[in-house]
Amino acid sequence: MSHTMDSRPNRALSAALSWLLRNHIWVFLALTVVVFSVASPYFLTVHNIGNILTQGAFIGILAIGMTMVMIDGEIDLSVGAILALASALAIGLQDHMGVWPAICLGLLSGAALGFVNGTLVALSGMHSFVVTLGALIGIRGLVFVYTGENALMVQDFSYTEIPEIYIGPISITAIIFFAMALFFQWVLSSTRHGRETYAVGDNIEAAHGAGINVKRHKIINFTICGTLAAVCGILLSMRLGTAEPNAGKVWELWTIIAVVLGGIRLQGGFGSMWMTIGGVLTLAVLRNGLRLLNTPNYVELMVMGAVLVLALVLDKLLNHGGDER
Amino acid sequence: MQQSINTVLRRHGLILGFLVFLAAVALSADAFLTPGNILDVLRQVSITGMMALGVTFVVLTGRLDLSVGSLLTLLTVIVVDQHNIAGPFPAIIMTLGAGILIGAFNGILVGFVGLNALIVTLAMLSFLQGLVLFYSGGSNVNVQDAQNTWFAVFGRGDFLGLPVPVILFLLGAIIAGLVLQYTTFGRRVYAVGGNETASVFSGVDARWTVFWTYVLSGLTTGFAAIIMGSRVMGAQNTIGQGYELTVLAGVILGGTSLLGGSGSIWRTVIGISMLGFIQNGLLLLGFAYYVQWLVTWAVIIIAVWIDLGAKRGRVFA
Repeated sequence: MSHTMDSRPNRALSAALSWLLRNHIWVFLALTVVVFSVASPYFLTVHNIGNILTQGAFIGILAIGMTMVMIDGEIDLSVGAILALASALAIGLQDHMGVWPAICLGLLSGAALGFVNGTLVALSGMHSFVVTLGALIGIRGLVFVYTGENALMVQDFSYTEIPEIYIGPISITAIIFFAMALFFQWVLSSTRHGRETYAVGDNIEAAHGAGINVKRHKIINFTICGTLAAVCGILLSMRLGTAEPNAGKVWELWTIIAVVLGGIRLQGGFGSMWMTIGGVLTLAVLRNGLRLLNTPNYVELMVMGAVLVLALVLDKLLNHGGDER
Repeated sequence: MQQSINTVLRRHGLILGFLVFLAAVALSADAFLTPGNILDVLRQVSITGMMALGVTFVVLTGRLDLSVGSLLTLLTVIVVDQHNIAGPFPAIIMTLGAGILIGAFNGILVGFVGLNALIVTLAMLSFLQGLVLFYSGGSNVNVQDAQNTWFAVFGRGDFLGLPVPVILFLLGAIIAGLVLQYTTFGRRVYAVGGNETASVFSGVDARWTVFWTYVLSGLTTGFAAIIMGSRVMGAQNTIGQGYELTVLAGVILGGTSLLGGSGSIWRTVIGISMLGFIQNGLLLLGFAYYVQWLVTWAVIIIAVWIDLGAKRGRVFA
């Protein structure tokens, strides 16, 4: 810049620019919102925006945990199955022990399975893809064993009214998502655990050398991921009033799509909850907008595939950070 | 002596464990180790097995292919639909061609553009699922003259007392094994997976090598779709859903490393067959079908952990 006098606004501008370069998903999100607002009169209404936030919140809650694990350089494929087990337990157990103990046990099951995943990854040194691929298959088996292949129905319908709390148009489900995302953004940026997450994901040898207890660290993040999957499952069971044994199938893939769309890289050491929120909202807006336009659902699937590849190419071009493999 | 027992256990511990499992099931279920039942199991695994042959090449380079399940759906829909329109022979050619084309597309994005394999093939999974619905219009397709077509031979036929799909699978495995072991391409696959940078400095074009592994993955999925279409004589829009995970589970169970560079075709054949025999054995013992998933979980963890521990010389990381 030749003008040295007004360097301060310039600096603010370049800071904003570099934030946007890293969080380019927000530019894309703004674009999609504009396009759908023009294309459909029903899109940019208070009611519909509230809907998008609620619909997006389920994948969003999974995505928060996935982000923690991915910044660590790991992956968790078992979140969809954990979600199904937690929702089955929350509904199945409440006739025996009451609603809140059942919910607590559902949450506990998610935390325990996340702990098991993390412990296996940390102790065995296996790739988390293998460990959680096994868990994805096996936990679905647990769900079927528990439910006996049947959908469990809630007996007391006041259970389905728990998430019917709204602040303006925003549901409690969406608020839980945003609150958790902000909380974990705080964890990432301002706590020791957060700094260690980046360190471990960036260079695990160096992190170990610097005295970080890498094993305990990974176990904690997998436990967080499992617990959040259970939170999502319980919220889903409240919303639907039933727990299907096949609930959450392939949701792990949608979650990975949302997180990667946000700009987080699978090798780890990089990312933030802002990116994840952007990715989650973009996914939700695309799905909602395409449905409002009455496009057949194959368009949604094809657009999602194309957008994902586009996001990778864009990330490679903008940040020179493309993956080698 | 101690040393050699250890070596045998390390190299073949998985197979020994598998033999113990086979013996245990055979003792409690008489029907298990009969030729008829074994052929049934092999017939069942021939589809995932065929896909796994190509996926093994991809995994050996240190990449992944998650799109094969959706691709199987698409290709099965194509082969069945085109069988009705153009006849069996053109349908087969089109199916294999489409498989190669999609594989090549994955190969370009991963090999030449250098994008992350997991994400690219995940995107392809979604895209192909959409393509299936677009092509079929959401309805199931069936072979119209199922009784009178020679197309039935691939899934239902017998030759010299062996089911044709099993023969195709074993033939494919032998060819794939020979290619991997004795051709320049095969050695390049190992080189790229073992140490990509070193392989490039040794004059291997990693981009083309990766590209061809994805083409192979598409091609073997094409053969799998032909067997599937012929066996079912129809195709639903979700017929291949989740197959990518079963295939990967089989490849991993055989002991092929996801990091690349280590593994083989016969290991994949063993891994995929193990999944089949576990499933069949548990059903014969009277367990519900979903119990096999729990067992698969345990077997994957134990098998891969033992394999890794043996290579490392220590149980814990």
